[in-house]
Amino acid sequence: MSAELIEIAELVTSWSDSDEQVEAVVTSDRETEVRAYEGEIESLTVAESQGIGVRVIKDGRQGFAYAGTLEENELLEVLSEARDNASFASPDEFSGLAEPDGVESVSLDVYSDGVDSLATSEKIDYALELEKLTLAADKRISGIESSEYTDVVSESAIATSTGIRSSSKESGCCLMVYALAEEKGETQTGFGFSIGRNPDELDVVKAASDASDRATRMLGSTKPKSERLTVVLDPWVSAQFLQIVGSTLSAEMVLKGRSLFADRLGETVASPIISLVDDPTNPQAFTATETDGEGLATRRNVLIENGELKMFLHNVWTARKAASTSTGSAIRSYASTPGVGIQAISLKPGGRDPVDLIAGIDNGILVQSVTGLHSGVNPISGDFSTGAEGLRISNGELSEPLREFTIGSTIQKMLKDVSEVGSDLEWLPMSSAGSTVVINELTVSGA
Amino acid sequence: MTEIQIVSSDLLEEVLSSAMKSGGSFAEIFVEDRRSTSAVLDDGLVEELNNGRDRGAGIRVVSGETTGFAHTADLSASGLHKAAEAASSAARSNSEAVVEVDLSNESTPNISEIEIFPKEVSKSRKVALLKSADESVRDAGLPVTQVAARYGDSHRVLQIANSEGLLTGDRQIRSSFSVSCVAAGDAGMQTGRESVGRTVGFELFEDTNVDEVALKAATRAVTKLDSVPAPSGEMPVVVGPGGGGVLFHEACGHGLEADLIEKSASVFAGKQGEMVAAPNVTLIDDGTMVGEWGRFAIDDEGNPAHQNVLIEDGVLTDYMWDWQRARKHGRLSSGNGRRQSYRHLPMVRMTNTFLAAGNGNPQEIIEDTEYGIYVAQLGGGQVNTATGDFVFGMTEAYLIENGKLAAPIRDGNLIGNGPQVLLDIDAIAGDFAMGSPGTCGKDGQGVPVGDGTPTLRVKRLTVGGTAT
Repeated sequence: MSAELIEIAELVTSWSDSDEQVEAVVTSDRETEVRAYEGEIESLTVAESQGIGVRVIKDGRQGFAYAGTLEENELLEVLSEARDNASFASPDEFSGLAEPDGVESVSLDVYSDGVDSLATSEKIDYALELEKLTLAADKRISGIESSEYTDVVSESAIATSTGIRSSSKESGCCLMVYALAEEKGETQTGFGFSIGRNPDELDVVKAASDASDRATRMLGSTKPKSERLTVVLDPWVSAQFLQIVGSTLSAEMVLKGRSLFADRLGETVASPIISLVDDPTNPQAFTATETDGEGLATRRNVLIENGELKMFLHNVWTARKAASTSTGSAIRSYASTPGVGIQAISLKPGGRDPVDLIAGIDNGILVQSVTGLHSGVNPISGDFSTGAEGLRISNGELSEPLREFTIGSTIQKMLKDVSEVGSDLEWLPMSSAGSTVVINELTVSGA
Repeated sequence: MTEIQIVSSDLLEEVLSSAMKSGGSFAEIFVEDRRSTSAVLDDGLVEELNNGRDRGAGIRVVSGETTGFAHTADLSASGLHKAAEAASSAARSNSEAVVEVDLSNESTPNISEIEIFPKEVSKSRKVALLKSADESVRDAGLPVTQVAARYGDSHRVLQIANSEGLLTGDRQIRSSFSVSCVAAGDAGMQTGRESVGRTVGFELFEDTNVDEVALKAATRAVTKLDSVPAPSGEMPVVVGPGGGGVLFHEACGHGLEADLIEKSASVFAGKQGEMVAAPNVTLIDDGTMVGEWGRFAIDDEGNPAHQNVLIEDGVLTDYMWDWQRARKHGRLSSGNGRRQSYRHLPMVRMTNTFLAAGNGNPQEIIEDTEYGIYVAQLGGGQVNTATGDFVFGMTEAYLIENGKLAAPIRDGNLIGNGPQVLLDIDAIAGDFAMGSPGTCGKDGQGVPVGDGTPTLRVKRLTVGGTAT
């Protein structure tokens, strides 16, 4: 199929006129989603979808159009829409498509045929088994909000009239369960998941027990009082914060005057124990990819080293505007023009494991989930506050559960207040890995 | 109705019959053709115009408690038959059946009148709106360092048919405009955003002055340059007119969706007929509100939009229902079955959710508050319906000191528990206004929703600031 996609992309770019640049991004996905409920299949979705996005640049003006189909007569229409759109854009001397830059892409093994070869009935069994094990994990588990198995095989290809050719194929599968725990009329929830490139990597037992543990340990939770104290972020939470930090390090944010760190290259912006790397060439990341959204090779980019800001992430446009080179950090779907962003970001692990870290804290809170990241974080001003749930840390041990509170600070201050990063590192179903992270001081708002 | 014929009714009949062959009890085909346009200006340049087209069909077959679903972008007879086969094999039951589907009785819903179809408006007029918004801010002499403006329109044509003989369709046209500004001062950068969006055509811009939208966004950013850190802890919170919709959307809206009720994943399960809110609270979800962002003639299962009273004078009167949940309970759908696109299964969703006006005086509500915060514009929110805990963001808010509005405060979230917050509403004014257009996310599907409230006060909510 990949060969076919690249042929479609090349066909579209072959229609380019001599005075314009044309880029075609073509994608094709096959998905299965099974949801189980009360021992039955609640729903089973099998689907294939395709799409094409075409970008045209002429006289420095950029136009774009897309369609959710690969029918040949639609391809012509998409190209002509993109051409027409270009004529209404402002000329920009930095506009331009990627050109081969001599950087060889790494070879990643991100497709496994397990997803394609597994029978639908076995996919159904995963979802049913996940529900069954979660319900059986603890007598306080009262029900399941959802229990699902999903998988996807994605293929994509990019071709440009400037000589770019790239294609990729990857597979992924995931188990996800949301459990309800009930005791004395109180209900709490918890989730568990497992991901892999091949179904045989899925750990249904762990997903079930994680969901049960997360839900049952919140039973009897109370609202903490408002105070400033040490907060430990678990990997699931720190991974989400890393994505926000990563978004401020895009050169697009910098060039458009929206980054907190615009003039801080070479300066200390974080605690000296922080080294932050965006490395989509790391095969352990579920978002690992050989090429970026403009077809250039991805590379390992060290953003912060021992607290010092080393670089920003670039796509082709930001690199031209900043007289720099692309860092292979263009991100996009077929329905959008390339932006700039992190692809697989992680913190350099520290020396102590999470149990050790917690043992060193007299009074603090372990945060195990956050809500409202989209509404309570302003990545431009740096202010943030998010809803949180977690466990009290008393005299080095985890104690009672806490909920209905927020944690708040600024991104700038939080990076400097990180006192330890755990030795644990877990790649999650997002473009970041999580580690246990200790923050000296955050404001907890509660009662 | 020819306008909304994407697939012939003969072919729909054929596909539904073949979808029912392996013994399903219900089959539905949802055909969608959506064209959208967006144009973005940023950093002084019209960066791009983007045109998109998504067209396809989603087919579901229900057998017992199991739903099989497949979708395809191929609307030919063979493409639709293939999808029907995939959906029916997913929902296979043991019995074979011959089902004749008769779609001769097409129902005509109350499709919104459109004055100016966006596709008939030149791209240069759309781009001119962006330039005008940008210039109005840059000419205003404000300490604004960045302006981004976005124009968007969508033209969505639906055709829905099912094995019960339903054949209907809708044409939904939405237009929107938003501006985001960055202001810079000694204490760093601040942001302000303003957006308008209605289920109308380009006539939106006859009633809406985009320069005013832009200046509102700019003023919001500039005002926050003098902001102080938000307080931390529980206190009274006054929400301005039009600002509070997100609060109700999260505090109880999601918790009143029948799919979550059925799984006991809502704190409002089993509470019908009970007093769940202060006696002055009447909450309504209404998909029929002409022009509003969450308006449609039919929902994405072909049922006409309804006005549904969810809470009346504090008493929980009803939940929101889609076809599947309603069928199980032997009642009719409330017109709340929605989906993001033909690639998604429908589920219970809100439309335009609003709190009915009370008789308080907004000024007196503020004067009556010794210390607390006043939220003029809310950001998004999120809720855990099983526990009722919810957060919502504030993007324009002020301290209230001695009954007067005082310093602006920095962005952050508030957190509360839905059932408690509904009981803690102790003042509602008469100054009702609809809020900004929103996109509600649930299980990874986004749909347009509207909301509205008058000025109201919650006597105690936790403000998640950093000032202690």
